Amino acid sequence: MLVTETPKGLYCPAGNFYIDPWQGVDRALVTHGHADHARWGSKRILTSESGRELVRARVGADPIIDTMAWGETRSIHGVRVSFHPAGHILGSAQIRLEVKGEVTVVSGDYNTRPDPTCEAFEPVRCHGFITESTFGLPIYRWPDSQQVFSEINDWWRSCQEAGKTAVIYAYALGKAQRILGGVNAAIGPILAHGAVYNFLQPYRDQGIALPLVEKATVEHAKATKGRALLVAPPSAQGTPWLKKFQPVSHAFASGWMTVRGGRRRRAMDRGFVLSDHADWPGLLMAIEATGAQEVGVTHGNGAPLARWLKDHGKQARVLQTQFLGEGAEETEPGGDD
Amino acid sequence: MHAFTSLFTQLDRTTKTLEKIRFLVRYFEQSAPEDAAWTVFFLTGKKIPRVVNTRLLREAVAEVADVPLWLVEECYDVVGDLAETVALLHPETTAHSSLPLHRMIQEELKPLRGLEDEEKKARLKVGWSTLSREERFVWNKLITGGFRVGVSRGIVARALAQTAGVEPAVMAHRLMGDWDPSERWWKQLLQGEGEAEPGKPYPFYLASPLEEGPEPLGAISGWQLEWKWDGIRAQVIKRQGTVMIWSRGEDVITDRFPEVVEALQALPDGTVLDGELLGWKQDRPLPFLDLQRRIGRKKVGKTLLADVPVILMAYDVLEAGGGELRSLPLEERRTHLENVVTGVGSPNIIMSEPVQAAGWDEAASLREQSRARGVEGLMLKRLGSPYLDGRKRGDWWKWKVDPFEVDAVLTYAQKGHGRRAGLFTDYTFGCWKDGELVTFAKAYSGLTDAEIQQVDRFVKANTLDRFGPVRQVKPELVFQLACEGIQKSSRHKSGIAVRFPRIARWRKDKKPEDADRLEDLLRWIP
Repeated sequence: MLVTETPKGLYCPAGNFYIDPWQGVDRALVTHGHADHARWGSKRILTSESGRELVRARVGADPIIDTMAWGETRSIHGVRVSFHPAGHILGSAQIRLEVKGEVTVVSGDYNTRPDPTCEAFEPVRCHGFITESTFGLPIYRWPDSQQVFSEINDWWRSCQEAGKTAVIYAYALGKAQRILGGVNAAIGPILAHGAVYNFLQPYRDQGIALPLVEKATVEHAKATKGRALLVAPPSAQGTPWLKKFQPVSHAFASGWMTVRGGRRRRAMDRGFVLSDHADWPGLLMAIEATGAQEVGVTHGNGAPLARWLKDHGKQARVLQTQFLGEGAEETEPGGDD
Repeated sequence: MHAFTSLFTQLDRTTKTLEKIRFLVRYFEQSAPEDAAWTVFFLTGKKIPRVVNTRLLREAVAEVADVPLWLVEECYDVVGDLAETVALLHPETTAHSSLPLHRMIQEELKPLRGLEDEEKKARLKVGWSTLSREERFVWNKLITGGFRVGVSRGIVARALAQTAGVEPAVMAHRLMGDWDPSERWWKQLLQGEGEAEPGKPYPFYLASPLEEGPEPLGAISGWQLEWKWDGIRAQVIKRQGTVMIWSRGEDVITDRFPEVVEALQALPDGTVLDGELLGWKQDRPLPFLDLQRRIGRKKVGKTLLADVPVILMAYDVLEAGGGELRSLPLEERRTHLENVVTGVGSPNIIMSEPVQAAGWDEAASLREQSRARGVEGLMLKRLGSPYLDGRKRGDWWKWKVDPFEVDAVLTYAQKGHGRRAGLFTDYTFGCWKDGELVTFAKAYSGLTDAEIQQVDRFVKANTLDRFGPVRQVKPELVFQLACEGIQKSSRHKSGIAVRFPRIARWRKDKKPEDADRLEDLLRWIP
């Protein structure tokens, strides 16, 4: 493998750079703009072109951000570097590293299912693959997203019949935009919490089709009472702000909604299984497609996936990283899922 | 099966009681009598005798899903419910079952009994393949038992009362005791026949905890005080020559207390008493932990009978001379009770005597003697009140002594189940002995959801070792535990056993070295 674990994060000694470091470093390659991957404090950052503005929103004005187009290659101290779509959120990349014919790919977070709000996952052949494993158990198998969106649309309509605002909680970056892009906007007005709203422009700038969305202010709350779909980060649940939209029905869109306990714990009226991570079949398929013999597994509870891969003839081990993912509650708004 | 699964899904999706009742009523009105009967059976917590053990379920799903058993176990650890784990692991199907619930039970589930393991597995696989994911989950639940859909007995009783057009209390009584779900039973339930079955108990009236002292209850002269006995709540019935003892969980526990049964034979027919089974020696109660040795033993040996003799501490009478007395005022029922207990004249049936106090101050100081007397505190019962059912606040209050409080260190954690699945919520605590932490208590409750999440994060970040599902954690967090009693115990490594430990608060202000020592705890043992 061309990367090793260090206290600051995944490090490529040959190129003297880090990938998604969790402390400030001189040179960081960043897979995507979620807070646990694009952290504050590094001096120079290299990321994908379409992900640039999202990373900028996390790291502030100071760092220099260079970008690369998909498939473009660049040499950093003799390491051939290229970025390839990961299908997770807008601009999310797998980073390919090559030194003297040896190829390592760091996946960041990825999703193998179609998502119209970001570039489609691209399998990249390599010798060593570093994979996420947020949903690394065979209980996680995503339903067809068209089916899920039709359930969301039905729920929204039933909320209107009951005179309630349909509040759907989703992480502010990525999941929220995917929902906005997937629902049937003809049903009624759509409102977005500020944290969600602020990320809409970067998506539109990249040509992603999103419906008309109003910022969820007091005036809009009054004007759309009992008809609107409101997309808000999970942290908005139970806040005084949300009271302005009452009466409401609460729903949560996440891969964690697969398990009944996860739905009940959050006291949600509805849970929709919609994830921007690979499910179990997606992980296995993606790993297989790389042809990699050596696999590093990140994200907390990667042990079952690593064991499975070992049983199937791969060299696999769990890497100690600070990417989130084991427990639902650890993935805070703007976070990982 | 489809209709029952839809009901389950509806109930599972709402937290609002009235909505749940509405769903239930609509279901009861629309379903066939046998299906309605089976639905009541499962929703009131009854189970069919187990037809398949959980090992077979695990093996069968491992084979169908083509995953090894260890991976099934990993999944179960996250899901926290085997029925759901199986439903999720099974490959997706496009099937739906149109078989009615009662036929599913009679024709598919019950016949599994007694088959060879391989045949059982084969039938499980066929069964699963004909169901949708939700149906599969519910079907597995029928096998494994334990429907928790946030529907209490009380809610089911209210929905049934509405369906039948009777008072909820009447329906609660009709639902008591042993019954077999059938068309006939369902009709009796709605029409109110069959209340006179000889073994049928009345619903228990449950006391509410008194949180802020008795003064708001008004003058003490309006109240009857009794000791709060620390035993097993029981309703004893003598009808048609037969004695039955029912526990509060509606189990028949007659066989376990032969000395009490013998004494109860002297009751006149048509008598029902409410009271407490207590270990009793030399005119005082034995600790609950001693009585615990008698629970769970169907055959009681001579030594145990001599070690832990049991009595009935009778405190109410619900039926005498064949007539129901529940609506009589407390004082009148007490007169009846005195007559009944005196009539029996056995040392194994004792009347819970009222405690005399001139005012609440005196009552409070009497309450302070509770520990020394081996009781849990005082009961306050409103004079003039009828015998109600369920947990209706107002007439019976339990004024328990303040619990013992111990500062303890979190040492091990395990993931919870149900609503707490996937979170570390089951904790083991230690106190200091010779510079080491010795385990003395486990506790599952007492933290807020936000605190549980913080502890969960701590456990994940501070795991020292793993023993199956159990994580040993860095001894760092200190919690104040409350418990009802501390006793010597040779069964525990620490040498003590604590009763009903729960977390009172998280002592973020304390360091592990500030936690209590074992010798501090030993000092409290009477």
